Formats: sequence, structure tokens, C-alpha cells
Amino acid sequence: MSDSIEEFRSRILERKPLRLKGGGSKDFYGGPLAGEVLDTRGYSGIVGYEPTELVITARAGTPLAEIESALATRRQVLACEPPHFGNATIGGEIAGGATIGGAVAAGLSGPRRAVAGSVRDYVLGVKLMDGEGRELNFGGQVMKNVAGFDVSRLVTGSLGTLGLILEVSLKVMPQPVAQATLRFEMPQDKALDALNGWGGQPVPLAASCWQDGVLTLRLSGARAAITAACEKLGGERVAEPEAASFWDSLREQTAAFFAGDAPLWRLSLPSVAPPLDLPGPQLIEWGGAQRWLRGAVDAAHLRETAARAGGHATLFRGGDKTGGVFAPLSPALMEVHRRLKQSFDPYGVFNPGRLYPEF
Amino acid sequence: MSQPEDSAATVTDAANPDREALLADLARVLPAAALLSAAEDLKPYECDGLTAYRALPWAVALPQNDEQVVAVLKACHARKVPVVARGAGTGLSGGATPVVQGVVLSLAKFMRILEIDPLARLARVQPGVRNQAISEAVAPFGLYYAPDPSSQIACTIGGNVAENSGGVHCLKYGLTLHNVLKLRVALMNGEVIEIGSHALDDAGYDLLALMIGSEGMLGIVLEATVKLTPKPRTAQVVMASFDSVIDAGNAVAAIIAAGIIPAGLEMMDKLATAAVEDFVHAGYDLAAAAILLAESDGTTEEVAEEIATMSTLLEQNGARQLRISQSEAERLKYWAGRKAAFPAVGRITPDYLCMDGTIPRKHLSHVLTRIAELSAEFHLRCANVFHAGDGNLHPLIMFDARNPGETERAIAFGAKILELSVDVGGTITGEHGVGIEKVKQMCVQFSREELDAFHAVKAAFDPLTLLNPGKAVPYPRHCSEYRLTGSAR
Repeated sequence: MSDSIEEFRSRILERKPLRLKGGGSKDFYGGPLAGEVLDTRGYSGIVGYEPTELVITARAGTPLAEIESALATRRQVLACEPPHFGNATIGGEIAGGATIGGAVAAGLSGPRRAVAGSVRDYVLGVKLMDGEGRELNFGGQVMKNVAGFDVSRLVTGSLGTLGLILEVSLKVMPQPVAQATLRFEMPQDKALDALNGWGGQPVPLAASCWQDGVLTLRLSGARAAITAACEKLGGERVAEPEAASFWDSLREQTAAFFAGDAPLWRLSLPSVAPPLDLPGPQLIEWGGAQRWLRGAVDAAHLRETAARAGGHATLFRGGDKTGGVFAPLSPALMEVHRRLKQSFDPYGVFNPGRLYPEF
Repeated sequence: MSQPEDSAATVTDAANPDREALLADLARVLPAAALLSAAEDLKPYECDGLTAYRALPWAVALPQNDEQVVAVLKACHARKVPVVARGAGTGLSGGATPVVQGVVLSLAKFMRILEIDPLARLARVQPGVRNQAISEAVAPFGLYYAPDPSSQIACTIGGNVAENSGGVHCLKYGLTLHNVLKLRVALMNGEVIEIGSHALDDAGYDLLALMIGSEGMLGIVLEATVKLTPKPRTAQVVMASFDSVIDAGNAVAAIIAAGIIPAGLEMMDKLATAAVEDFVHAGYDLAAAAILLAESDGTTEEVAEEIATMSTLLEQNGARQLRISQSEAERLKYWAGRKAAFPAVGRITPDYLCMDGTIPRKHLSHVLTRIAELSAEFHLRCANVFHAGDGNLHPLIMFDARNPGETERAIAFGAKILELSVDVGGTITGEHGVGIEKVKQMCVQFSREELDAFHAVKAAFDPLTLLNPGKAVPYPRHCSEYRLTGSAR
């Protein structure tokens, strides 16, 4: 393992652009790929797992699936549900797919995010190699830690532009004791009202999806709470094997909605934003806060619509990336970004252009 | 412990031409009542909740609106005068200790709740709004603001953002970090930026994570949007007592291993229990080595299920007494002692220092044994209260500042506890911040390169290092001084 570290360091010290890569499952995401590949998968393995302290620490190249398997033996999970976007297991064997380093670098979360929190919410610490080849530890293995600026969460979702993540520590959670999935026929506006209404009540809501006039809810919690909530909410109960694969198809974007080559836009909005009048089919998750849109829409118009609603739009998959993938930043914010980038990666080695064309 | 020099410096500064020029600039942008500069007016601002450190600033500014904050920042920026933001001044690490030859920027007048959106479950508030005032204002909608630091009656949301405050319910409901959606922030040069959004994420780097817990060193919070949580229908607490701290620790591990995330999970040692029992008469078991409070909240059915499971696990792990709250009044009574632990200890000692390390819980017994040894070595008593669920330990070191040398001894004892926390894989501060108090111990927890990275992060927001300088992140000279004592990395 120390060989990997030395190899990483010598590659970084060449000061040439590097494209940091784990399983490559999210190569489609972010700006155009540039630089020579630095593969993290040789630096793999769970370093520590303390189920009773709710903490797991693993090297960046560890497959996400390996981590989930280890957690499952103690009936625990990554509650933020980072997607694998690829074949995680083949014939019961873990075969490639997303790595934990990539999951943290991308910062993407699954269907439970609105209730359970995002990847960033569960990151406790990272070990990072910066543009000078220095190994830096931020955060740690404990739940509460305010020593120093929260660089481990700054790095989360930075798409590898601030440094090479070597190791991460994450908070883990118990598996839900009981779950249920309910389905309702409901137009979009009614569904958004209902979701926001339930969000303000002690309803054990775990995830939601609206598409084509159908609202699907996932409940999770104590057995008694699920039974009570099912009675209260009504709707049609979806049997568990079908329910599990439905939620999985959202997390992994294998559902029919995500198929095909049409550009996929992600709109991150306040959950109370009204239905948006936009061309193309929409799928709504996270209680209304994440809305997917298919089709070659006018990027400027879409960005403006999202901004007016209090959110932002990302060209998530496919489409024309020349106009940028992520919502543009104000000049003052861009200046702060530039300085942060400069301080961690003074020679512009890490994933240039992956987040913003400016760096 | 530089109080005498600092005060002396301020007296001689009365006629300092730089100070006079700055005061003139500030007088142009602030109403007369919003600018304090006479020594007697500055005195109330000489320290925060960490009273062992005091200093008098050149001036205190009490702006009333964003424009005035920006104007104060610009004036100070132009003259390269340091600025220390201050909320309610309840901080326990000296984060708001003034900088001599600097300005204290009080956000006390920013007390308005600007918007409550019950459907979106968020509140937009000014930084001087008290933590508890938010929960009170949104209670009619069945909502509350989850983070509940012990000082929640007085502490402000701006200060909570600066310190990433926690509380006794954060294992389940998260820290300030998990409950703030958006901030409007004035940078030291007067520019105003918005970070985060009313959606669940924002484009670009997660600057919200960086701002929260940054101890007033990156920017001044002008406005915060916080997430509101539906109030659980009911809550119940089990109080268990143990003959040994090890048993109590094992019981905590067993509860977590069973898949329960209690709403609160708190431990007190014998000395702390005795102090609070005397104060609140909650009926704690005074013969026990440790008391554990385990709370469940949710629907009636959920709570019944969890309380039953937890009770069984507590018994299996050697609880000598078990009591389950039978009413809301009783639940609050059981909690009253834990919540009043600091003032209760304050009653049995003239002075105390509250430490704030977080440790992996498996090392609890070792750490408490070592603290007991240190207590004997330093001839100072130490009571321990522990956020057992998340490993955050608050040893309360009791001393009498009137006895020569005792304050220094208490501080040295505290430093040893912080180093011990780092040794077992923990951190020097879980929720109180580094401030001025623990700045040297940062040299134990972080390498020179890591500290350089923190300075670079600060410089990205505040290139001239004018916001709360000297706090939270030590300079190399701090560490070389500390290294002489053999502790720094």
C-alpha cells in the first residue's frame, strides 16, 4: 500500500494534469475529462470498522460494494445511499463499480437523501494528498469534531479538483427495522403539496418519487411506526421485492426514465417550488427538492428558471457540455473557489476543468 | 493569561493616532449609540464565556443593518484593523475574546426572525436570534430547530454557525452543520456572498461546510436559513445507574449495536451526579459510578418499542437501577440535572474549566482512569459529563483562581486531557471550538502542513488575516513554543 502512496506522489509531483479515477462509474459526470489517468483502485481496503461507534474508515480505492457488504454483516448502511452507476457485483463477486473515494469526490446521494442526509453529512474525515504531494488529515473518526476548518466536507463533492482522496471515514447508520412502499395516483401539484405537508409531520417518510401521475413513497422506521403510517396515509401497498428494486432503479438510474441518449438535467430546488413548466418528461425525488428532466432544452432558460425558483440546474448526463455543466458562480464566489483551488492544487494537477472550465 | 498587559496596552492606546483615525471612520458610518469606545463601555466585551482570557478592544461596533456591517468591515479593511465577531458571548473557548487594537463587531441587534415557512420547513433569521427563540417561534407549526446546545436560552444562531454547535440530541438530529441550509455572509473586504440555498445543495464547493465551525475567521454571517424539524409526538427517557464506567460504556455500545439511534444518550460520573443532584434533586443514584440517560422520541408506538429494547440492554449490561420517565414532567426532571451540569458544578467550586474532547467511545474507561490520575497529580477535582452517543467528553476541572498558580495548574491539566483525546484517536474539540483556549493544542492534533492548509483556506476568504486573527489555527511560532514542552507534532 505504501507503494501506491509513493506512486501517487511521484505522479503528482510531475505537475502534469491528472484525471483521478476509481471505478470510472461517474466518468460521464462533470466537465470534459482531461489529463492522464491516475487509478486509485490499487489503494484499497477497509482500514477500520467500529459498528458500535458507527464509523468506517476505508482507502479510496475500496469498492463501494465491499463497504456495503461489510456494513450489512452488522446490519448497518450508508444512509445517504451513494449510487454505484455500474455493475457492483457479478455472480456474487464484487467486480469493479464505484469506489468509496469516487463516491465522496462526487458527493452524489440516493433516494433517502432528503430525510437521511447527503454524503457530505456522513463524512467524518479524509486523508488527502495535495498538489505538493503532501499527505494531509482533516476531520477524524469521531462524530463531533470542530478542530480546524471542515476541509473533509469541502472536499466532498469537489470532483477531485482539490486533491487526491486517499482515505475516508464515514458515519454509518443502522439498517431500518421496517420498511413499506406505498403508491398513489396523484397529479404533480397535489403530490408536491402532500410531500411538503407530510414533511412537516412526524411521518416516517424515507424517500419519494413522482412520475407520470404516480407518487411512490418509501417509509422506514420502527415496526409500529410503519404500521401506523400505512394506515394513516392509505394508498396502494407495493410488495417488498418489487419495492426494493424500484428504489434501487432510482438510485442507480436504471429505471426506464433514465434510459436513452437524451440529455439528463438535474434540478436542485426548494421542495416547495411549484411544478415547472418545461418541455420534456420529469421525475421528482427528495420530496420535491430533486427534479430530473430529459431532453435537449435551452440551457440558459433552464438555468434561469431554476435560479428563479431558488435552486440550480446541472447537466447531469449527456448533452452539450460546452456551455458548462454546473450552474455558473457569481464573480465573488468564483474568486473564493479559485483561491481554494490554488491553495490545494497550485500547479493545476487535479481533474482540470471537471468542475468549472475556469480551473 | 495576558490580561494585565492587555489592559495596560489599551490605556496607552487611548491616544493612539491609528485608533483615533479608525474611530473617526467608524463614527461616519455608525450612529453614535452604535459605537462604543470608552473603557467602561468596552469592559463588558472583554471576554466571552471563557472568562480566564480577557482583552479590551479599541472599539465595539453594534451595527443595525447589513449596510452598517459592510461599512464597518470596509473601514477596518482599509486600515488593516482586525475584527472579532460576537453573538451572545456564551462561547467557551474564547472565540470572541477581543483582539487588542481591534474592533469587536457585535451582531446583538440582528434579532429579527425574517421568515418562517412551515410548509418548506425552514426559517430565515438574523444572526443575533437566539437558538431557543427559533424553536419558540415555530412551535405553533409543530416544528422546532433541532440543535440544542446547553446555552440555547442565550446563545445566538450566528455563534452556533461559528462553532458548529451540537447539544444532547445531535447523534440523531445532527449538528448545526446538518441543520443550516443557507448563509448570507459578508467577507472582510465588504463583499457579500450567498452560500448554500433553499434547495438541498448548491453548485460549486461546499462552502457552507467550511463556514460552519469556522469560528468567525472566514466571514460575518448576516443571515441564516435553518432547517426545521417536526416535533416528535412523544419522548421518554430511561435513567440507568451502573457500578462501573466500563459497564455503562458497554451498555451504550450494546444499544447502538442493536440498531437504535437514541434521541439522547448521556452519561455523568459520580462527582458530576453528586453536584447536579444537590442542585436539581432529580433523584439520581448517588452511589453509582455512572448514570446513563437514554431517550427515545417519535410516535407512541415507536417510543414504547425502543424504550423496552433499551431497558433490556441496560439491564443485561449490569444496570443496578433503572427508571423510566412516566410523564413529561418526570422526563424533564431527569434531564434537568444533565442540562444543568455546568452551573451545578459551578456551585461547588469557585471556578471551573470545561474541556471538550471527543474520543472513540471504546477508550472511555482508559480516558476516565487517566483523568482520575491526572486529577490526583494536579491536586484538582474533575467531574465528567459525557455525550456518550457521540463520544464527546466534557471534563469539568474545578479550581480557585484566587489561589496563586491554581489557574495555570487547571489549564495545564486541561491541556493534558486534550492531548490524551488526540492520543486515543480523538479530537481536542467536539463542539466548543478551538478559539484562543486550545490554539496551542492544535499543534498536537495537526502537522505543520495541515496547519498551513488551514491558513490557506482562511486566506481564500480573508487574504489580509483580519477576521478573528490568532484564534483556532496556530502559527508556526505557537507550535515551536509548544514543542519545547514536548507535545507538538
